[in-house]
Amino acid sequence: MASDGSEPDTRERPDIPVALKILVAGGFGAGKTTLVGSVSEITPLSTEEVMTEAGAGVDDTAGVEDKSTTTVALDFGRITIADEVVLYLFGTPGQDRFWFLWDELAEGALGAVVVADTRRLDSCFPAVDFFERRRIPFALAVNRFDGASRYSAEEVREAVDLGPDVPVVPGDARLRESGKEVLVALVEHVIRRRSPAMSG
Amino acid sequence: MRGGTGVRADPAGPLVRPYAVTRGRTRPGPGAGLDMISVVVAVRDRAGGAVRQPEHARILRICRRPVSVAELAARLDLPITVVKVLVGDLIAGGDVAARAPLPAADLPESNLLQAVLDGIRRL
Ligand SMILES: Nc1nc2c(ncn2[C@@H]2O[C@H](COP(=O)(O)OP(=O)(O)OP(=O)(O)O)[C@@H](O)[C@H]2O)c(=O)[nH]1
Ligand SMILES: [Mg+2]
Repeated sequence: MASDGSEPDTRERPDIPVALKILVAGGFGAGKTTLVGSVSEITPLSTEEVMTEAGAGVDDTAGVEDKSTTTVALDFGRITIADEVVLYLFGTPGQDRFWFLWDELAEGALGAVVVADTRRLDSCFPAVDFFERRRIPFALAVNRFDGASRYSAEEVREAVDLGPDVPVVPGDARLRESGKEVLVALVEHVIRRRSPAMSG
Repeated sequence: MRGGTGVRADPAGPLVRPYAVTRGRTRPGPGAGLDMISVVVAVRDRAGGAVRQPEHARILRICRRPVSVAELAARLDLPITVVKVLVGDLIAGGDVAARAPLPAADLPESNLLQAVLDGIRRL
């Protein structure tokens, strides 16, 4: 009756659209959900995923009972690229003490947008570290809140200590044009990184 | 590493709560091969023997058009993990088909990335 572990190969269905994902990360309240909403064709949806806490006292040989799991709240939006390609944008939870949960989330991601709030630039550091360590391409969206002092993109790049190739895109997460701009910069960055001619 | 450990007390309190209901039924088992952005579609109108719970029937109704696991979860107001198990039941019963996301490593088909770029620019 049950067919545990013997599911049909689900990749052999070209008639079903294929999905890609981009993560939107950053500090608490930096504007992640706002950015997702401004570019999404649907009102952002929210859901929960149960993640395994890696490392936290987990014994490799122990059974499932000993693994500690945590529920993480995600919000996401959708952009239909073509009939056969759909792009999802996932906003990660802002509290940086959950950074260790992002491994499962980041699996298979095309890339990431890190939203930086110039009033609290340091709150994006854990996300930047995370994507750098995993060699996941990312772009930095510098979200200018009203009244926040206006750093130039280069000042932000220096303060966050980003490599010269990482796109830094100032904007306003509430505006679709800003969201588009940073996503375009990210995908162009991904294309450049994948092109062997450019990585010599 | 920037800014020390990155760990600090959060005055807003925990965002997460323990979730134990699906423990042990997540994997291996039905739904084990599904990703949260696997795209699912019903392959026939009449439900087969795998439809044992109201949620199975609701999933079948929603995925008359292709829909991701995450979207199903949001629309059913159920955790993704639970939806994976339910969709796995339906796949095993032949009621729905799913397509796994493209692994990022397989993406250098730059046609696809170019299509993504064009799609975003069209927004
Ligand atoms: N002035 C201004 N306000 C913004 C901007 N982006 C977001 N906000 C506001 O800032 C608040 C927080 O934005 P969210 O998008 O919820 O932030 P978040 O990163 O998703 O927050 P968490 O998920 O709680 O970490 C909201 O009230 C937004 O309306 C911006 O670019 N400018
Ligand atoms: Mg949010």
